[in-house]
Amino acid sequence: MTETVLLTAPVILPFVAAALVLILRARLAVTRAIGLIANGALLVASLLLFFYANGGHLVPLAVFGGWPQGISISFSATMPGLMLVVVTALLALAASIYALVDVGPRRRRAGYDALMLAMTGAVNGAFLTDDLFNLYVWFELALIAALGLLTLDRRPAQIDGAIRYASFSMLAATFILLGVGMIYGITGTLDVGRAAATLASQPPTFASATAAALLLGGFALKAGLFPFHLWLPASYHTGPITAVAVFAGLLTKMGFYALLLIFAGMFGVGAGGIGATQLVPVFGWIAAATILICCAGALAHTDMRRMLAYHIVAQVGYMTIGLALATREGIAAAVFYMVHSIVVQANLFFGAGLIRRASGSWDLTRAGGMARTNPLFALVLAVPVLSLAGIPPLSGFWAKFIIIRESFDADMAWIGVVALIGGLLTIVSMSSFWSDACWKEPRGKPVRRVPLAGLIAMTILSGATLAIGLMPQGLWTLSLLSSRALASIAGGGG
Amino acid sequence: MTLLYGFVGAGIFACALYMILSRNLVRMLLGFSMLATGVNLLLFLAGRIESRQPPIIADSARALGEAADPITQAMILTAIVIGFALTVMLAVLVLRAWRHAHSIDSRNVDSAESLGTPQEREPADD
Repeated sequence: MTETVLLTAPVILPFVAAALVLILRARLAVTRAIGLIANGALLVASLLLFFYANGGHLVPLAVFGGWPQGISISFSATMPGLMLVVVTALLALAASIYALVDVGPRRRRAGYDALMLAMTGAVNGAFLTDDLFNLYVWFELALIAALGLLTLDRRPAQIDGAIRYASFSMLAATFILLGVGMIYGITGTLDVGRAAATLASQPPTFASATAAALLLGGFALKAGLFPFHLWLPASYHTGPITAVAVFAGLLTKMGFYALLLIFAGMFGVGAGGIGATQLVPVFGWIAAATILICCAGALAHTDMRRMLAYHIVAQVGYMTIGLALATREGIAAAVFYMVHSIVVQANLFFGAGLIRRASGSWDLTRAGGMARTNPLFALVLAVPVLSLAGIPPLSGFWAKFIIIRESFDADMAWIGVVALIGGLLTIVSMSSFWSDACWKEPRGKPVRRVPLAGLIAMTILSGATLAIGLMPQGLWTLSLLSSRALASIAGGGG
Repeated sequence: MTLLYGFVGAGIFACALYMILSRNLVRMLLGFSMLATGVNLLLFLAGRIESRQPPIIADSARALGEAADPITQAMILTAIVIGFALTVMLAVLVLRAWRHAHSIDSRNVDSAESLGTPQEREPADD
């Protein structure tokens, strides 16, 4: 019983808090407090679950409706979902602190707190579920909440961006649903473990290849991979920056987590599974094209939000390399990269929001002087900037280093070279980002001081980045565990 | 019979995708709504549509005999609800866009494109 409560808490807690916020929506101070407290409690609950599951117990499992395992929807605290729940809670807490300065009464009245909590709950649901159809439902819940957050100010640009986002995502959702339906038609089950066992025992058929292709298309679109990356830089720059930072951290990574679960888990890529053998070379091309095109795209922009939006997609490309390698270490490298990227991307958007607040413009050509007026901010911002660029000893260096090392080990040197070129472009883009915002003399208007709450939120995430950078061994061990857990789904039973 | 349903589903899909490619936002919206219908039909097919018995075990029997698959029906019901929610959401967005731009041609609904170019000034956040 305690196990079930612990396991479902990361989903139930945000949704209960969201309902509370809706009831009390007239009292803005109360909703703000609930948003903060719920996210704090969420972090505590996720950490408890994490240590409970890693404390030598059996994997916590909750099957709903009193059915035997594998028939109905079940949640389980397996890696890497378990670890991602903790990172999600950390990011949600940082976002709720950041929201103290960025989200004013008008945005709170428009429903910011309820939508953000609901989105956090939906993301956690996707990370914990074992059921394919349930996974689809969480994706749609997160999408609806995200559309609400994106259009919070109801500006024409936001409506326009949301139309782009919604239409692409609805198409992806349809493909995913069809793929899930086909998997059900082939295997007769929606449970990931049982479907994997059935798929592994059969030779690949036309139907299973079609299902795999549909799921790849759908989740690749959700993750923002080439050639479906266009919706992301066309919509993310319109939203309120707190919401966009959380999207940047969580939503594309949620899509990539689903790719990992389906391909590394269910189809057994990396565990010698034959389910998706034909698709593995495709991953390599997708990853390479995503990295090169989106790193180049980031260089073309001076608007901070657009530039960072391109970087989000480019980073997902790096993770896909891990999947393309189809080795256990490759999958582990992808998981490592995912955790690093969630923290860093959100932090960069927080930083962009504070630069905008201090200098009055999203445009880097108009920003400047942050190092002189806000030296502490410049230092805190340097952590995610250098980490994304891949400068040692920060987390991005280890993430890139492992990915490139594994690609040379797996005899796919060409993709390692692509990753290096992409890394070079990222260094150029990130160094111009930091030096434009912090070193350059500001034009015209004096630079204001950044608010304290924003700085605290950034410090939390920068601290996490530093911790990963200085002690990469811990995260790497967890990533290897994740890779093994994903492989064991394909190994039968799960 | 299954083949017939398969082709019908594929036909609906093709029409829906064609409509989604349209520049007219309302036509795109209808395309999405049709796409959801096509998927529901194909989901139905995944659960094998030949059997019409409700999935209820008789008093004396221990196992279920020939019966319709309840899981696909539950899936379709959920998918209908989600599809409805998303269609309404998109309809609201299109309505908002029309109120601002007075056009449902997607070439005229482009305020997100100009945002973030150096010339653009935008209102303050709060």
